[in-house]
Amino acid sequence: MGRPMTVIACHECDLLQREIQLPPGRVAHCVRCGAKLYRVENRSIDHTLALTLATAVVFIIANSFPIIGLQIQTTRNDTSLVSAVHMLWHQGMWPVAGLVFFTTFLAPSAVLVIMIHILVALKRERIPAGFTHVMSLLQIFNHWGMVEVFIIGVIVALVKLTHYGTLIPGIALWSLGVLTLLMTATSSSFNAHDIWNRVHPTPRRGGNQ
Amino acid sequence: MSDTTVTAAACGLLSCHACGLLSRGGHGGRPLHCPRCGATLHVRKPNGVARSWAFLIAAYILYIPANVLPIMETSSLFGAQADTIMSGIIYLWHSGSWDLALVVFIASIMVPLLKLIALTLLLISVQRRSTWQPMQRAKLYRIVELVGRWSMLDIYVVAILAALVQIGALATINAGPGALAFGAVVVLTMFSATAFDPRLIWDPLSPDRFCKKERINHE
Repeated sequence: MGRPMTVIACHECDLLQREIQLPPGRVAHCVRCGAKLYRVENRSIDHTLALTLATAVVFIIANSFPIIGLQIQTTRNDTSLVSAVHMLWHQGMWPVAGLVFFTTFLAPSAVLVIMIHILVALKRERIPAGFTHVMSLLQIFNHWGMVEVFIIGVIVALVKLTHYGTLIPGIALWSLGVLTLLMTATSSSFNAHDIWNRVHPTPRRGGNQ
Repeated sequence: MSDTTVTAAACGLLSCHACGLLSRGGHGGRPLHCPRCGATLHVRKPNGVARSWAFLIAAYILYIPANVLPIMETSSLFGAQADTIMSGIIYLWHSGSWDLALVVFIASIMVPLLKLIALTLLLISVQRRSTWQPMQRAKLYRIVELVGRWSMLDIYVVAILAALVQIGALATINAGPGALAFGAVVVLTMFSATAFDPRLIWDPLSPDRFCKKERINHE
């Protein structure tokens, strides 16, 4: 990147400072408030895309199989994420059902779809369709996706259920654990600052949307 | 650095909240758009303090039913029982899982309460244009943003329990009205934190006197 004189403002304290050249993988922090300003790309698009696709596969598995089954005498009841949402809905708790569905299914899947869309386009050296819109959607969905909280919730539920009957851990339980790790790796590999610079290195003149 | 702190706002520059690009602000009344991504530009989040207060006050009000009303209703052969958040934690503690009891206590009681207090503190200090400990307040805001999502934990626990324990007369667990209030508290505090503009913490520290010099440099 041959742009030595770029001036940026800290998004948390508004301080103006020059963007400096950093070795790959290093993070620039604001000199005044210490907020993270940007991270220098150290992973290729291929690397991030591979991680994202792996996350998507595990995400599908985690949502297609039961998380836990509970057996009391001869009755067995399995639950997946979607069936838990369905049950809440039927108990008249539709706002809670909606919240759970949005934070654990809709937002994470939207994040994955958007990331794959952007990365595939970049790999083919094209500007992703609707780039500015999908980038702002990505910010919102990233904020509301809470898979890592959900897995801890599942563990707490498991402990509370031990005295009810026999618990049968499902495939999705293990998948959720793997998914949490993969999602962390994916989001730390996906560098929005770098992608903005890659798509629009210099401001366009006129023709605003 | 403290003598040469120049903020974007003091120089008539606006940074884009979506893509981070810095661009020159106009003087007209019409809304400005980022030349790179087209997002609407604001010097500070519009009505940030008022919106943040509105969400926060709503969260304070709902925090009461969230803790008083049962979050979960259990009925089994041995009778019916209604659990609030606190009684669920006490149950975990007595059943020997003190570590999980601690996790749930932190996520469901401590985090929401500390978040409400932290946001109140931030909003009051910003409104009084306080110059007190800006660094500590900036860190506080970062923590609020980081841990806020963990309060959703109890909602997920109830969702899983209510879905699994549906064995007719033997045992049935249903989500209670407390879950509704609690979920609303989590969402409202997250909205409140998002509406709050952390740059307001630092604004009282940056005098406008650098403005003219810097404008000349940019022109």
